Amino acid sequence: MSPSQAIQQGRSSIAVELSQAAVSFGKPGKAVPALQETNLRIADGEFVALVGPSGCGKSTILRLTAGLLQPTRGAVLVGGREVAAKALRIGMAFQNPTMLPWLTIERNVMLPLKIVRPFRSDYRAKRKTEYRDRVHALLADVGLDKFAGHYPWQLSGGMLQRANLCRALIHEPSLLLLDEPFGALDQFTREELWGTMQSLWLKRKPTVLLITHDLKEAGFLASRVCVMSARPGRIINDSAVDFPRPRTIQMTFDADFVALNQRLRDLIIDARTDTAIRGA
Amino acid sequence: MSYELRRRLWAAILILGFFAAWEFLCLALQVSDLVLPRPSQVFATLVARLGILWPHVLQTLWTTMIGFVLGVTVGVIIGAAIGVSRTAYDTVYPLLIGFSSIPKVAVVPIFVLWFGSGATPAILTALAMCFFPIVVNIATGLATTEPELEDVLKSLGASKLDILWNVGLPRTMPFFFASLKIAVTFAFVGSVLSETVASNKGIGNVMMTASSNFDVPLVFAGLFLLAALGILLYVAFSLVEARVTGWATRRQGFAAA
Repeated sequence: MSPSQAIQQGRSSIAVELSQAAVSFGKPGKAVPALQETNLRIADGEFVALVGPSGCGKSTILRLTAGLLQPTRGAVLVGGREVAAKALRIGMAFQNPTMLPWLTIERNVMLPLKIVRPFRSDYRAKRKTEYRDRVHALLADVGLDKFAGHYPWQLSGGMLQRANLCRALIHEPSLLLLDEPFGALDQFTREELWGTMQSLWLKRKPTVLLITHDLKEAGFLASRVCVMSARPGRIINDSAVDFPRPRTIQMTFDADFVALNQRLRDLIIDARTDTAIRGA
Repeated sequence: MSYELRRRLWAAILILGFFAAWEFLCLALQVSDLVLPRPSQVFATLVARLGILWPHVLQTLWTTMIGFVLGVTVGVIIGAAIGVSRTAYDTVYPLLIGFSSIPKVAVVPIFVLWFGSGATPAILTALAMCFFPIVVNIATGLATTEPELEDVLKSLGASKLDILWNVGLPRTMPFFFASLKIAVTFAFVGSVLSETVASNKGIGNVMMTASSNFDVPLVFAGLFLLAALGILLYVAFSLVEARVTGWATRRQGFAAA
């Protein structure tokens, strides 16, 4: 069975499901709640953006989905199965590109193939043939094919983040988790990378959960935007984003887009003042 | 003139100037060679007695190297253990700090008591001197792995061993080689220390005997030999380091290689 067939068979219509999942940190009795009982369903191939005030538990949801954290109560199902910290073929990318400085970009992007089953068993045999071609093809998709042999410090921040996306996608994950991947970039590079991200997604259609502070980014990329309340967070709004694809930066100045932006912004500001009042 | 060449030239001038000033001051102030022999006298002694000194050089060199290799092995194992496991760190570290604070000259008599005089206490003292910087550097290198990268790898189903092998250990290499250069000079201090206390062979022993015979030029000849051996090994490890961990210093040549 080829890897892609394996993905097809493992797929169900619901890729991610959080049911009444709650997380608190610390000892029982003195536990600090980080996430209130949360329900979230992400359909297969959907692109969901999660926005909300800082510290509201967005990253907690991401870590739950990745199996890096177990819910204190409730359940988290990925691909129809309860999440454990075992291999789920998930791709992840963070704001910090964390490229390994002693490897070339090619080898950095190839790293998941060295670890994920079933690729790892053939790593030694195929790293200079099939896997190399695969990495080069993906790098070409993001315009980095000429930099495969470079070391990370020779690349700019935007280029490193492209490589980071490639590393998250090289093993064809059915689920991609992104934690503010474009947060540290300047506005122009960021908009450029939205385009890159969109075309990668349109080409491969993985399920994506994107955490972001940037409402424009959420509107541009996502097919659904979920807004969270302040800590301990829960999802207070869930809106579909129906703009046709491929979307352009020009569209972000249209009245519909601006209205969506405005509405999301009001929701988050409400969520923030809500805590301010409760806190007083 | 290139920057590199100028730097080397200045280093050479400094070394030659140091010896010239030493020679000149001894002559000008008429210092007795029982107090401080002139460098020219030391070199003359070195050449004249090289035949007698040579077996001692070899003795010191091999005890040091064995002690060093053992020290590195022990250091890497302990360093890896406390770098990976928080529990190991908490339990082992206080004991290690205590042990490293003991002046090693105080443990030589104990080694002699256990193993008799000769090569064994020299090897053990070299080991005891040199393993600690390696432990600290390996542990630090492992502890500085980015948590995001660890998350990325764990979500791919990587085991602790996968992460150690692919990320932890390569990241530790610059720390490791920096500590090797320190450790090898420490190992010399250890073996010579032990030789001066309890041995009938080795440069340390030669210097001890020479000083009790007031053969001060020979004492200095021993010092010069030790310095030369120290520099030699330091340079050797620097070369290996540049080869293996060039990525850490971002040398242009490394990217091209």
